[in-house]
Amino acid sequence: MSDLALSFRRRALGHASFAVGGALTLLLLLAALVSLVWTPWPFDELDIPHKLLPPSAAHWFGTDSLGRDVLSELLAGARTSILVGAIAVGIGVVLGTALGLLAAARRGSIEELAMRFSDFAFAFPAILSAVMLSALLGPGIVNSIVAIGIFNVPVFARLTRAQAKAVWAREFVLAARAAGKGGFRITLEHVLPNILSVIVVQATIQFATAILAEAALSYLGLGTQPPQPSWGRMLNEAQLQLLQAPRLAIFPGLAIALSVLGLNLLGDGLRDLLDPRLARKR
Amino acid sequence: MALLEVENLEVRLKTVRGMAAAVRGASFALERGERLGLVGESGSGKSMTALALLGLLPEGAELAGSIRFEGQELVGLAESELCRLRGDRIGMVFQEPMTALNPLHTVGRQVAEPLRLHRGLSNPAAHEAAVALLDRVGLPDAERRAHAYPHQLSGGQRQRVVIAMALACAPDLLIADEPTTALDVTLQRQILDRLAELSEESGMALLLISHDLGVIAENTRRMLVMYGGSIVESGPTAAVLQRLAHPYSQGLLGARPRLGAGRGNRLATIPGSAPELAEIPSGCPFAERCRLAIDACRAAPPPPEPVGPGHVARCIRLDAAGVRP
Repeated sequence: MSDLALSFRRRALGHASFAVGGALTLLLLLAALVSLVWTPWPFDELDIPHKLLPPSAAHWFGTDSLGRDVLSELLAGARTSILVGAIAVGIGVVLGTALGLLAAARRGSIEELAMRFSDFAFAFPAILSAVMLSALLGPGIVNSIVAIGIFNVPVFARLTRAQAKAVWAREFVLAARAAGKGGFRITLEHVLPNILSVIVVQATIQFATAILAEAALSYLGLGTQPPQPSWGRMLNEAQLQLLQAPRLAIFPGLAIALSVLGLNLLGDGLRDLLDPRLARKR
Repeated sequence: MALLEVENLEVRLKTVRGMAAAVRGASFALERGERLGLVGESGSGKSMTALALLGLLPEGAELAGSIRFEGQELVGLAESELCRLRGDRIGMVFQEPMTALNPLHTVGRQVAEPLRLHRGLSNPAAHEAAVALLDRVGLPDAERRAHAYPHQLSGGQRQRVVIAMALACAPDLLIADEPTTALDVTLQRQILDRLAELSEESGMALLLISHDLGVIAENTRRMLVMYGGSIVESGPTAAVLQRLAHPYSQGLLGARPRLGAGRGNRLATIPGSAPELAEIPSGCPFAERCRLAIDACRAAPPPPEPVGPGHVARCIRLDAAGVRP
């Protein structure tokens, strides 16, 4: 087992997209962690006399139109991105995977019901369901998490069902049934472990989508509300000074782009590493 | 009372062209400790018969007739009741040892599974029992190999693991569906011998399914020949093989490759090909390929005709086949 782990590590470091994606993702995580204990300035401290300062030793990335330190806002914004992404993808993974596993195990009308339900949920893009939820419950970070989470449920439900059905068709499942195991045990002990890697890869990629969706919602004013830090809201506020201080849009834009890129590369790399057969086919 | 009594078993499968009968009216019985062979070519319905016994037919399949195991009717039995029988009283060994094991669990854990499930053994006790089982089926160095993953074992070793899994709860009946087809000939012999010994030792009944008459001849006392979903001939293995009565059985024996047949001699074959399930005629399923077929063969399913003591063939042309004077 340990030589298996060792060879995995060697392959992982040699895999370009995994290494680059992993580094970018690590940077994102690090930014969020650091912001919990330290930011150069308090991220929500207004300092109107020092507004729109260019980068300097005191404010590395300058200040925005209300005199807030951009670097501090960026660091704290990473926190929001990760929080929204993790919870929203968590909702999607838990509910979606459960639904998909149920559909694959029970077949028949239960499968139909689960899949039609997921079609229904899939029909509403994250933005649209967020607009709906905001209209109903008012804008805010919780509603954007719920909206993005709901959007993720069918993604995982469909993936899980397709993958689980393939495992159910394999002979070792028939052998497990012949050994007297019921559907629940087979699902937990045979089906889920065999599709876990696919779910992990998808979760990584959905995490990127969730960060993007959170930024979009906040940009539209439907997500995170001030004074909570958010990259999307920073972009929104930056458009008023786009010509005077384009860096105010460039920094959060870069943060979003690099995070999404990093997570996507990490997901691709993970897929190649966890399923070498797929890698060869590509 | 026989251990297993199957009467008029009918299995219909859902296919793209509608329901197709895979097993049509099969009846047989199996005594405690008896070794019964079921021989037939691919698509003859032998695997479906085996799966029907365990209630593991594919989705959408229809099952009719009666399967009594120790007097208990299995047809229509609740899934939870079937789960209790499977792996405990009835074990099954599958054809492909390469795919019958979960690649993510150690083989020791997989062998221990039925013991934890049906006997409620604790993990250490189940592991100990699993090692003993692996040793019993002839896996060398069982203690160490119990911690191996399936990909670390050879095909023969894996098949021993599969057999150990099926034997874990000391079932009364073991169904072995082509257990050695994927293995080479020497391994085949070792594994079949081991299965026969285990059946002797524990009084376990064995239903051995194979397309190989040689395997059936050496390992069973009674045999059934299946064609097109029907049992066309049955009887004591020695008597049946000595005096194959049904034209299909005769063809099957004739089509065996023989050592020393010489170069250039083509292998004898049965003309035509096995019928599609949906197209099996209402009369004798073999009529379309049989050189002795007459109109009456196609009219109705032939009744069982006695050939010898306990030896029966479903053929109305036994005299023409040279069986009866």
